[in-house]
Parts: sequence; structure tokens; C-alpha cells
Amino acid sequence: MTNMDVCVVACAELFRGDGEILASPMGLVPALGARLARLSFEPDLLLSDGEATLLTGDGVAEGWLPYRAVFDVVAHGRRHVVMGANQIDRYGNQNISCIGPHAAPKRQLLGVRGAPGNTVNHRTSYWVPRHSPRVFVPTVDFVAGVGYHRGGGAFHDVYRVVTDLCVLDFGGPSHAMRLLSVHPGVSVDDVVEQTGFPLVVEDPGVTRTPTDDELALLSTLDPTGARNA
Amino acid sequence: MSQRDKRMTADEVVSTLSDGMTVGIGGWGSRRKPMALVRAILRSSLRDLAVVSYGGPDLGLLCAAGKVRTAVFGFVTLDSIPYDPYFRKARESGAIAVREWDEGMFQTGLRAAAHRLPFLPMRAGLGSDVLESDRSLKTVRSPYDDGEELLAVPALHLDVALVHLNRADRHGNARYLGPDPYFDDLFCLAAGKRFVSCESVVDTADLAEGPPQTLLLNRMMVDGVVETPNGAHFTSCSPDYGRDEAFQKEYATAPWESFADKYLSGDEASYQKAVAA
Repeated sequence: MTNMDVCVVACAELFRGDGEILASPMGLVPALGARLARLSFEPDLLLSDGEATLLTGDGVAEGWLPYRAVFDVVAHGRRHVVMGANQIDRYGNQNISCIGPHAAPKRQLLGVRGAPGNTVNHRTSYWVPRHSPRVFVPTVDFVAGVGYHRGGGAFHDVYRVVTDLCVLDFGGPSHAMRLLSVHPGVSVDDVVEQTGFPLVVEDPGVTRTPTDDELALLSTLDPTGARNA
Repeated sequence: MSQRDKRMTADEVVSTLSDGMTVGIGGWGSRRKPMALVRAILRSSLRDLAVVSYGGPDLGLLCAAGKVRTAVFGFVTLDSIPYDPYFRKARESGAIAVREWDEGMFQTGLRAAAHRLPFLPMRAGLGSDVLESDRSLKTVRSPYDDGEELLAVPALHLDVALVHLNRADRHGNARYLGPDPYFDDLFCLAAGKRFVSCESVVDTADLAEGPPQTLLLNRMMVDGVVETPNGAHFTSCSPDYGRDEAFQKEYATAPWESFADKYLSGDEASYQKAVAA
């Protein structure tokens, strides 16, 4: 069992209870998590191939979902996205646009993509492969993904953040980021040290480890171990 | 009397454009981009373009060649390579102005233009810095009991739309064969002048072979048809061909001068010849 195996399972746990909605994981580890969830405890999740086709757990095409239809799903709300984050703050504001002033950025990144629409329409989680103070900042340079206290409206729901060290949510006072669990072998101090703002630490547990069945599934889903690269 | 024959060359398309125009470019990221038409713009003296695009190497190339005044974008990516180097350089050097919108706002803005509406309401953008960075954006309040405040996405009017599809007839009926139409129909509906390049021009009767719902464009939506085999290269044009990953990597990593010298100093035929070499 590797740290990334734990991360994949933590990403799978993001979807627990979601039912018959579109799971939109960005990146390999969240994608493996979503497929793991679908093949075990959330069989009704919908998953796309990353282009325009909905696939069953066995990889059979079961539907068509071109980008134009994705925007319909976003507005309809039956979706849970797991995005990346170049920066994220204490209240869940996320940045994938640029570093530095927007008018003249020090570093141009991807652009806001669908982050503004995602965060005001349906549940949103984040995956951060390297938990550091560069990512967990007091203030993001550009709000692409809407955090708490930004007027995200009735459907705003920033759910959790999974990193290589821990699982976080926004269950602290005034929706402040809170440490839910640390991965096996990680200390609370490690997490606090790698976070650029005060974290709410009540009584965090230890992130659960994959079951034997989950490890077996993972070795079929990712036979080359790309998740550990 | 027969229907209009709209066939023209890529250079003829570009000769109808003028400096400062707002140009919508179809496709998505590094997928089915009208790259031969973009290369024709690179060969021209056009400048100060406002480019509206689900951005990929189309926007990157136009930035590298100094053709862009304003980019209207939600992202710019090469898909398999996260960031386009020339868009990045244009942003970091302050060479271009931007309106950075949520992806879904694009679709809504194009739809508003297509429907001849001044705006359409939407939630995307609220609470984000999209509204801070594009001060032209305004909100609108629902006149109904909910009273909800929504973003009034302004119509995204285009002077011209450039799109690339798999097949077309000489009149402007056109079909995509891959899994995703992207937004090429909306780009055409939002534009004053509409140009489609295609892998091959076929007779209308041959075009009709296949499911009718993949006939994305009809004659009302198109002013010019350009036959450009391999014309989306180096982006993907499924199922005719996939992305040329090796070439894209060369684009993203080679010094611009040597890349432009090797591939972009001649016409489309010499480009395709250099690619095949």
C-alpha cells in the first residue's frame, strides 16, 4: 500500500452518497478514485471518458456527453467535480488562472476554465498532489473557484480537499478549513507546517486505508502504478 | 439556377478580414482547430485581432506572431501539454489584453449573439474574480418573486467565425465525424462572416450519408468553404486523424524563430510538406 493508494481511496470517499450524478474528476488520482467508488460503493455514478462518451464501470459506452451537454449538467446541478488548485485559501477560494496581478501576471496558468460555474452550481472538491504553503495561501491571487463568503448562492457547496498529506473540509467556524484526517504516517504538525494559514484542528482521525478488495481493484484500474509516479 | 458555390482558398478567406476584427475560432483546446486558416492569418499582415476561443495552439500561434490585441478565453491549453508557451509569454509580458470568462459563459454569450439578444442570465461567474477583471460585466435581477441576482452574460458578437469540420459540400453544409461537435455551430451563428475549412469537399449526396444530426452546419450558417486536407494539424480531427503529439511538443519547446522558419515561412503546401518530411 502506497500513500497514493490512500489518496485514491480518499478521493473515492468524496463521492460516497452522491448517487446518480456525473462524477467529474480532473487528474489521474481523482479519476481512479471515482472509478473505484463506482465499482464498489457508488454504482450509480456517471463517468465520462474525458472526451464525449459516458462509460460504464466496465468501459462500455452508455451515453453521449459532449462539452455542450456538460454545461447543461453543470447548470442542472447533478454533478460533483474534483478540480486541481494552484492556490486555495482558508475559505475555499481557488485559483487556476494566474499568479500575480491579473492584468500583468507573473505566471500565466490555465485560466479559470469552468471553475466559476462549477462552484456556484454543484458540489466541488479539490485534489492537491503536493500539500504546501505555496498552494495553501492566506489569499489567492485570482478567485476562479468561489469560496465561502463570496456570494456563491443557493447551490454553492465546496465539500472537501484531498492532498498527499490529509483530508480537509470547511467545517470550522465560519466555514474555515478544518483538518478531517491525516494519512497514515503523516503527523498533524506536518500538515500545519505545510499550510500557509491557521488550520482548524479539532480531533482529526487517520485516513482510512484501502481494503484488500480496493487494492485489487486499483491494480486492475492502474496496472502500471502511474498513480505513484 | 444552381446553389451558390462557396469554395475559396484559405488566403482568400483571410483577404476578406481586416485589422481589429473580432475573430471566433472553433474547436476546443488542441482539438479540431481550423489551423490552416490560422496559418493563413499568420502569413497575412492582419493585426490587432480580438480572438474569441476555447483556446489552444490557435491562440498561441496568433500570439507568437503578434496578431492579437485582445484574447477572450476561459482557458488556453494544449491538452496533453498543460500550458501554451506563447499565450503564456503574451500574458506575462503584458502584450495582450484579456477578457477571461468561465467556459460556460462563452457558450451563453455566443448563444445570446446567435439569438440576437443583448444578454442571457446565468449563475457562472458570480462570486468569482471574473467579474472583477472584466468590468464590462453586469448582473441582472430576476423580475419574478425569487428576485435572484444573476450574471447578465453579454452577447459575444463575432465579426467572423473560423471553424474546421471533417466534411462539407461546396454550399456550406458540413458534418463532424468525431465524438464532439464542440461549439462550431454557435460560433457560426454568432458571427457576421462564417468560414468553414474541411478535410474534404464532397457532393451533397455523399455528405448525406450518415446520421443527420451530425450535419452541424447548414448553408444559412456558412459564407465560405475551404478544402484543407490535414487542415486541423497538429490538433486532433477525429476520426480522420489524432493529435500530432510529437509535432505539438516541437511547437511547445522549439525556439520560435527556428519553428517559424522551418514550418511557417511558406504556404500551406510547404507546411504540410515540412510536416511530412
